[in-house]
Amino acid sequence: MDFKQLAFYFFAAVLVFAASMVITVRNPVRAALFLVLAFFSAAAVWMQLHAEFLSITLVLVYVGAVMVLFLFVVMMLDINLVRLREGFGEYLPIGGLVAVLLVLEMAIVLGSGPFGIEQMPEPAPLPADYSNTRALGRVLYTQYLYPFEIAALILLVAIVAAIALTMRRRKDSKYQNPGKQIQVQRGDRVRLVKMRAEKKS
Amino acid sequence: MVPLSHYLILGAILFALSVVGIFLNRKNLVVLLMAIELMLLAVNMNFVAFAHFLGDLGGQVFVFFILTVAAAESAIGLAILVVVFRNRRSINVEDLDSLKG
Repeated sequence: MDFKQLAFYFFAAVLVFAASMVITVRNPVRAALFLVLAFFSAAAVWMQLHAEFLSITLVLVYVGAVMVLFLFVVMMLDINLVRLREGFGEYLPIGGLVAVLLVLEMAIVLGSGPFGIEQMPEPAPLPADYSNTRALGRVLYTQYLYPFEIAALILLVAIVAAIALTMRRRKDSKYQNPGKQIQVQRGDRVRLVKMRAEKKS
Repeated sequence: MVPLSHYLILGAILFALSVVGIFLNRKNLVVLLMAIELMLLAVNMNFVAFAHFLGDLGGQVFVFFILTVAAAESAIGLAILVVVFRNRRSINVEDLDSLKG
């Protein structure tokens, strides 16, 4: 067993451990932290598959942004954990059975069939000056330009939707109304008072 | 060398674990969202493995788009979660039954 295999099985074991902790731990904050561990080890596995750009993206975007958002929301909400845990083990037998069957079936189909090392050998090593980011960027900006723009639009919609959903106007907060500001007349602001001229002493 | 089947089985295990997570934590909306993220990670694992073994960059591009959509989904999902909590003071799925006839 060489180093690459050892590293793969180590990261895969950490990944499976972290995933099973995500779904079983009591506290959602701990679940989010274990999800961070899961994403990190998945990034390590992807690194071995020569998907360097995607693994760094996974760490930056998921661990850096999405999971921080999760942690932020979980810590902000005052959650009653006891009520949420009611009936936790109720569906454990049937769920576990479904999961074990799922894994067994997939292992039978995938393990022996056309996906072994003989049928699908390791591809030839890439040249030393090969850059995964450069190759990905080249297809992304030529062949997949239109989907790329749609992805940007989806992100924009997500920003607008998230802000529009969570923004609320408080009654006691003060804010400007530009329409009213523009429509204001001189008479609304200045009052001319008639008075007699005063004498200088 | 690690064969392709082991990557695929790793993805299958992750997917099954997230299905169990949805079964177990069916009351907790936050953990449900996390289980969906895990499920997407399992799918992405398969895409990356096939992209490597077939020498086709299309799989990695697809993972890129899945990551984009998943980030948007979790942002909107968490926003909805915050609004639900603000209105009902709870994220228990069983409390969200005001549409029940």
